[in-house]
Amino acid sequence: MLEIGLTHYLIVSALLFCLGFLALTIRRNAVLMLMGIELMLNSANINLIAFSRYQGLMLDGHVLALFVIILAAAEAAVALAIVLHIYRTHNTVEADRISSLKE
Amino acid sequence: MIEIIFDSIPSFWPEITIALTFVISMIVEFIVGRKGKASTGMTTGFVVLLGLVVTIFQLPFQDLEPRLLFGTMVAVDPFSAFFKYLILATGIIIVVFSMQSRELREQETVGEFYCFIAAMTFGMLLMTGASNLLMVYLAIELVSLSSYILAGFSKKQKRSGEAALKYVLFGGASSAVMLYGISLLYGLTGALDFSSIQAALAGGVAVHSVHSFPILILASLMILVGFGYKISAVPFHFWTPDVYEGAPITVTAYLAVASKAAGFAVMIRFFYVTFFDSFVDLGHWVSLPHIDWVMMIAILSVLTMTLGNLVAIWQDNLKRLLAYSSIAHAGYILMGVVAMSDLGLTAVMLYFLIYFFMNLGAFYVVMAIADRIGSEHIDDYRGLAKRAPLIAAGLSVFLVSLTGLPPLAGFIGKWMLFSAVIEANLIWLAIIGVVNSAISLYYYARVFRNMYLREPMDGDDSPIRFSPLVIVITILFIIPNLIFGIYFGPLVTYAQNSIELFLR
Repeated sequence: MLEIGLTHYLIVSALLFCLGFLALTIRRNAVLMLMGIELMLNSANINLIAFSRYQGLMLDGHVLALFVIILAAAEAAVALAIVLHIYRTHNTVEADRISSLKE
Repeated sequence: MIEIIFDSIPSFWPEITIALTFVISMIVEFIVGRKGKASTGMTTGFVVLLGLVVTIFQLPFQDLEPRLLFGTMVAVDPFSAFFKYLILATGIIIVVFSMQSRELREQETVGEFYCFIAAMTFGMLLMTGASNLLMVYLAIELVSLSSYILAGFSKKQKRSGEAALKYVLFGGASSAVMLYGISLLYGLTGALDFSSIQAALAGGVAVHSVHSFPILILASLMILVGFGYKISAVPFHFWTPDVYEGAPITVTAYLAVASKAAGFAVMIRFFYVTFFDSFVDLGHWVSLPHIDWVMMIAILSVLTMTLGNLVAIWQDNLKRLLAYSSIAHAGYILMGVVAMSDLGLTAVMLYFLIYFFMNLGAFYVVMAIADRIGSEHIDDYRGLAKRAPLIAAGLSVFLVSLTGLPPLAGFIGKWMLFSAVIEANLIWLAIIGVVNSAISLYYYARVFRNMYLREPMDGDDSPIRFSPLVIVITILFIIPNLIFGIYFGPLVTYAQNSIELFLR
């Protein structure tokens, strides 16, 4: 029977981080890019909790993870409001087509 | 536990005051904003202004003996006090500027603008003292969230919303990368506060193992991404030009001065406390072995100033030009961080003091001109010397100071930075810095040429009238640029007295 250990959690979180980063770089839809950011934040959360649990550390990791969850919600609220505003003015949320500011 | 909190509160009054200002201004805006539809937001603006002034006047009464508050969360020391003065002074000036800005007065809910200025200032005050990675992350996010909203505040302008979207995507991505780095560093060292991390690293954790050493490097680089984004260092600068151009100009000025200063404060504290063997040998900081931070930050500095200056040459929009110039200045200031000495830190702080006068002045004049002629394009500055001699002279002073030519204040700042780098035996870096200053003269000179040597567009050389207030404020910014170029002793002394960091 395979024991689930720290390494497994770290692999999952690394995969999640890469998926989030891929979503951020490949997708052009602003909402999907924001979802990529959420994945990256949650991968860090998995790391924090796993380290805290398996290395017998203090509660620092848990506390930081809790704060990250709260901040991610706040950030999503602000970001979605901005996306909504963009949709009203530009009629699109495709990041490539919103480009009046150029070099 | 509760005693620690009660003991900490007296030293935390400035932050508490500014947080209260945020809450009270929100309530005031809720009450005032509903009655008159044509609210100018002045009431809320004055509430925030009052809050900022009260906060800055609490600072001189603080005991600056270096120590930690709330366990290990926030440090109080002369270093953080210096940056708090700088940030609060910038905040006061930005509120005053915003009250005059026509771009903002056209908004329906301009009162909320000032509330978020207060929130952002609160975040930046926390950044200057943050000495725990939890606090670092929280403070950076507080500043970021408020600045996303502020960047998109001109709802009638399409480019403002676009700026906010780009800012939120880049900001969210880099803070997520930074958080992942923090989680790795936490796993390696088992702590979140700077001193414990330093103790763990100095004790050889993660440094000697073949497996964990690459992870340590990766984690530090990921955290560097977060700081690099805040100070807009190349290659994490992509958001800067777009956001600076699209955001209301007072927000741009705030981001360029205060947000950058707070970013440098938290970055310097993190790297100096965490990765250095804190042993100060005749004013020099010795790095923990194995990681060559000097070379890494030196390369970052060279990239930042070179790219900022080279791309600025092609810019036709004054706001965007100032954005690239502020990227270049982040590169110059990084040279002071590279020096890893007391002289380097002094140079960084002196540069920020001078940068405050020259950059805010430049942004103010650009804002005043844009309010009058409705454009920031360089072609619309043609013949400005005839149409508005005093304002044109003011802009010239600020731009020459930004270039770093004697006898203006900017020269003293650059001179200190270069001498710090030379003292640290990085002569090649100083040479690159000097070459970069020469390049920067080219694009600033384009503005002078348009103002002084060219005829106005469409032959319209009617004088542009500015209100007396604008002229007074411009002169108030010109004076320090002239005086501190010659009489800079007190500034240097003040910077020298402010370099003391809390170590452990």
